[in-house]
Amino acid sequence: MASSEPKLVCRGVWKIFGAGGRSLAGPSAARLTSADLRAAGAVGAVRDVNIEVREGEIFVIMGLSGSGKSTLVRCLSRLIEPTSGDILFNGENLLAASEARMIEIRRHQMGMVFQHFALLPHLTVLANVAFPLEIQGIERAAREERARRMIDLVGLSGRENAFPRELSGGQQQRVGIARSLAAEPELWFLDEPFSALDPLIRREMQDEFLRLQSVLKKTIVFITHDFDEAIRLADRIAIMKDGEIVQAGTPEDLVLNPATPYVAEFTRSVARAKVVKVAALMRPLNGTLPPASIRANAPVAEAAPLFSRGAETLAAVDGAGTPVGLIDRAAVVDVMMRG
Amino acid sequence: MGASFPVLQPVSEPIPENPASRGAARARWLWPLALALFVLFWQFGEGFAKWAFSYPRALEIPAARWIGRAAKWLVDEASFGLFTFTDLTRFLADIIDVPYRVALGLLSSGLLSGQGSSAVQHLPPLSWLAVLAIVALIGHHAGGARLAALVTACFGFLVIFGQWTSAMVTLASIVVAVPIGVLAGLLLGLAAWRWPFFERMLVPVLDLMQTIPVFAYLVPVLVFFGFGPTAAIVATLIYALPPMARVTILAMRSVPAEIRDLGNMVGCSRRQMTWKVMVPSAKDSLMVGVNQVIMLSLNMVIIASMIGAGGLGFDVLAALRRLDIGAGLEAGLAIVALAVALDRLSQAYAEKAGRPAAGIAAGGGFVSRHPYLVAALTIVVATFLAGLAMPALQSFPERWQVSTGTFWSEVVRWINVNFFDALEAIRNVILLNILVPLKRLLGDLPWAGVVALLALAGYRLGGLRLAALVGVLSFLIAATGQWEKAMITVYLCGISVVFACLIGVPLGILAAERERLWRWLQLVIDTLQTLPSFVYLMPVVMLFRVGDFTAMIAVVAYAVVPAIRYTVLGLQRVDPRVVEAGRAMGCTSGQILAKIKLKLALPEILLGLNQTIMFALSMLVITALVGTRDLGQEVYIALTKADTGRGIVAGLSIAFIAIIADRLISAGANRIRERMS
Repeated sequence: MASSEPKLVCRGVWKIFGAGGRSLAGPSAARLTSADLRAAGAVGAVRDVNIEVREGEIFVIMGLSGSGKSTLVRCLSRLIEPTSGDILFNGENLLAASEARMIEIRRHQMGMVFQHFALLPHLTVLANVAFPLEIQGIERAAREERARRMIDLVGLSGRENAFPRELSGGQQQRVGIARSLAAEPELWFLDEPFSALDPLIRREMQDEFLRLQSVLKKTIVFITHDFDEAIRLADRIAIMKDGEIVQAGTPEDLVLNPATPYVAEFTRSVARAKVVKVAALMRPLNGTLPPASIRANAPVAEAAPLFSRGAETLAAVDGAGTPVGLIDRAAVVDVMMRG
Repeated sequence: MGASFPVLQPVSEPIPENPASRGAARARWLWPLALALFVLFWQFGEGFAKWAFSYPRALEIPAARWIGRAAKWLVDEASFGLFTFTDLTRFLADIIDVPYRVALGLLSSGLLSGQGSSAVQHLPPLSWLAVLAIVALIGHHAGGARLAALVTACFGFLVIFGQWTSAMVTLASIVVAVPIGVLAGLLLGLAAWRWPFFERMLVPVLDLMQTIPVFAYLVPVLVFFGFGPTAAIVATLIYALPPMARVTILAMRSVPAEIRDLGNMVGCSRRQMTWKVMVPSAKDSLMVGVNQVIMLSLNMVIIASMIGAGGLGFDVLAALRRLDIGAGLEAGLAIVALAVALDRLSQAYAEKAGRPAAGIAAGGGFVSRHPYLVAALTIVVATFLAGLAMPALQSFPERWQVSTGTFWSEVVRWINVNFFDALEAIRNVILLNILVPLKRLLGDLPWAGVVALLALAGYRLGGLRLAALVGVLSFLIAATGQWEKAMITVYLCGISVVFACLIGVPLGILAAERERLWRWLQLVIDTLQTLPSFVYLMPVVMLFRVGDFTAMIAVVAYAVVPAIRYTVLGLQRVDPRVVEAGRAMGCTSGQILAKIKLKLALPEILLGLNQTIMFALSMLVITALVGTRDLGQEVYIALTKADTGRGIVAGLSIAFIAIIADRLISAGANRIRERMS
């Protein structure tokens, strides 16, 4: 997690499909239920969403199908025009931006990865990755040079001249990722990027994604319907249901304090030890310093093996190795026993 | 030819809230009551409401006169300030004429350079050998050696059977009409896709262009553009362009939403979006449209021989007028050969467009980068020189040609001598027991009652708007004095469609299950469909003489194709998972067919019925040549008299019948589909 300046702020965003959407939306509509909307012949795909995405974080929007998450992410880039609300990107209200300004922003500051890859079938891998640059009018040699770097970055070197249909699903999505990064965007949208892939490949791609992010440090909005994926990748998660954000917070927050039974339903099967960080269990330093130590931002599960050597207490250290607290065996056991 | 049937016409309006679902109880007695009222009125109404049985002459709308006058005004007086209407048509004619002259020069008449004061230098046209070799090259480029062999065989047929000269004239028209048609259709389709209001305007026009029988617009084209190849190409364009526009709209719609989102996300401008994202992504579907334009152009160029297209169409028409079946059949087969070659080529290119291109060597000289182009140029030069040395290589000598014309005439004569009684018996039985009674029955019905019933059907299937559309169109047929002829059209069309479905649907069901049978059947119906519609008439006339029965046979033979095709398509498109589920539940294959496949394929089959009706109507007009008494005859008479008004009014009446049938069936199909999804 890098600095905590909000990169993207979403205030009171509504998207209502169907007749009379505009008159229904707005602050006064905050308590409209989906049944009310249905009675009015409208569907509230996104209802009064308020989120902040901070610079350099992975913000996951998780929801089941039909929860409005795909609509929301398209509202954020204005691929879908929100019915009402404000979307501030670097402080600029996107909903007030002109068409030309939006094209400018999308060309240079946003990138997007799609669930079904959305590769252009008539272009080679190289041309697909270079496509955003071609649209910007960058000349061939320069754009192909940059595209080659991106292809290299996602590990597809050697397949530059292949066509999309000659690639496996995982490879296709790598192309999609390379393409979305070609224009070096600040804000990176990933719309269920791994949902169409086999579980093994999905896992591999998640690792790849985390590796990329550790290098690139983009601000990321990641959409998924898979809670495990969300837990694995997210700095913070927002859970959506029926167009509303039910709860937003760190994976730990959600697992330890689910706000509603709906959220609890998802978190129940998650092993807490894999989510809860050492920092959440540690007590203040009291002068003595145990010999063994663990990173404060590691999940508790990683601390467990260290206790097996007989230690009763571990030191929790920050990234620089400086002790920041102590963690007891009993606290760890307690978390692990609760599943 | 895999896709040479007219494209499905999407119903332009969404079906409004279904009024039927409101009162199921009311629905049960509505139709019996309406029918009972109708029968009562029909039997006893004539005494007090004579107007409802034959439309009062005094109230007739003189539409034919108005249109005739308008056309005359357009030609003689209309002016848009800077230029007159005649200037406009001349301008359009010139646009077509210049490329046509070039194509004709290359393929048929030879190139004339230095027109005017300087000496006229004469280059011979491409020799048959050159064309054959180039066609083979194109075939090889598009689809390898097998395709090359096929198209060479097709063109070789033209050479050997002495159809070369005519075929090249036809080919020249196609070569000009197709690119113009494709480009114009693409642009119209793109415009419709981008601006909904434009689509709302365009779709009804396209509907009309496709439903008005071709003869009907031959008349105004003849009046505006004069007699000759240019007018024929204009008519061909009118006929061949709508499917391209439609395919374009559909293809743009079916580009996945994600691809469009991608275009927006990388910041495409509108132009980039269209030409860099949408059109290339939709290339596969667009090629289907190109194929359609080629096939329809070929079909129309034949019909357009009536207004001076020349070429193979003229040969067929002339043979038909002489009732010279042998000559007609040969010219007809020549068209088929041309059609097969062009169709396979365009399909191969469509497939190639969908496939990644083979690695093109980036380096190398001009020769290695463009092997086909270089080969073609070499062939042209070589054959030109060879042609100078040996004239037989320039134009195929007549004594080497083969003709089977007399053979076919003999076959028909033999059948007539030996089977006359049997054929006559079949004809009479069907005529007396089915055709004549039905014709009487329909002729007797009161128009007002029929209009009311149609409107009711429209209301039940699609709400008030459909009811109004159907009611107004059918009323207009009566009000322009076309009712009687229209009922003859309905009777002939109706009976033909019933027969076509009785033959086509079972065949389709059989073929859908059997891959090999389907492949053969496909070959047969492709051939049936590429045969110019005239060709159907000749053997039937030979066997059954002129009259309604002959017309019916010809129409059935033509209209059975979509019935088969859509049944097969519908059945094949049934989700295999559903079939699997059925099998898992222990359905017998009969149950799977009856309870799953046919139910799910019903909308598709209904669309097939829809297309069958359209095909039947378009063929019906051509059967006017064998002496029916329907609207088609009216159009045909108008064409021979160059009477714009009469032709258009009768043509529009046929179009109205087509539109009524189309809208009612589509509404029905949509309701079924909604219920299923």
